[in-house]
Amino acid sequence: LFSPVMSDSLESMMDCVVSVVTNDGRNIVGVLKGFDQTVNVIMDDSHMRVYSKATGVEKISLGLYIVRGDNIAVIGEVDEELDARIDFAEVKADPLKAIVQHVF
Amino acid sequence: GPMLFYSLFKTLVGKEVVVELKNDLAVRGQLHSVDQYLNVKLNNIHVVDEERYPHMLSVKNCFIRGSVVRYIILPATEIDTEVLQEATRREARGQNEQTGSIAT
Repeated sequence: LFSPVMSDSLESMMDCVVSVVTNDGRNIVGVLKGFDQTVNVIMDDSHMRVYSKATGVEKISLGLYIVRGDNIAVIGEVDEELDARIDFAEVKADPLKAIVQHVF
Repeated sequence: GPMLFYSLFKTLVGKEVVVELKNDLAVRGQLHSVDQYLNVKLNNIHVVDEERYPHMLSVKNCFIRGSVVRYIILPATEIDTEVLQEATRREARGQNEQTGSIAT
């Protein structure tokens, strides 16, 4: 699980806080603990960020999470300093849309 | 063939691109790396239409899974379309030979 052949892009994010965007439009933030070639990931101390136009961002604690690679769209490296300065109660936006994929 | 676009993107490492995902999110950044699945990693990202998409405010670098990409918008000056066309023709010829079609 921990020795990918592909580029070291995810390697450089190991043990860093990452923000994962899933295909169904959800956002999970946690510490990247492992990944494999299909981009299955393991995240620790994770929480879900629920975005809403009406209220601010809601954070839901998740703990240790495994996300399957075929449900992952983006893995972002979080700048913790920047993240700490954001007042999430004031961030108002619609949730991300789901990834639309056509199966032929 | 399968490596043509991988080779193309490798020549664009370091250049600024915009990646539009299948959930309509678009991310501008410097192409850091690409792999055989056309997963890409972008540095110094700026989300297009940040007001609508504040979901990656604290993210500076991100990994984008190739399967969720709709478009990669390239700088026109960085592509030699004649070289690309010739490479495509070569690939097509190679594939035809493999499947045994008769050259006319």
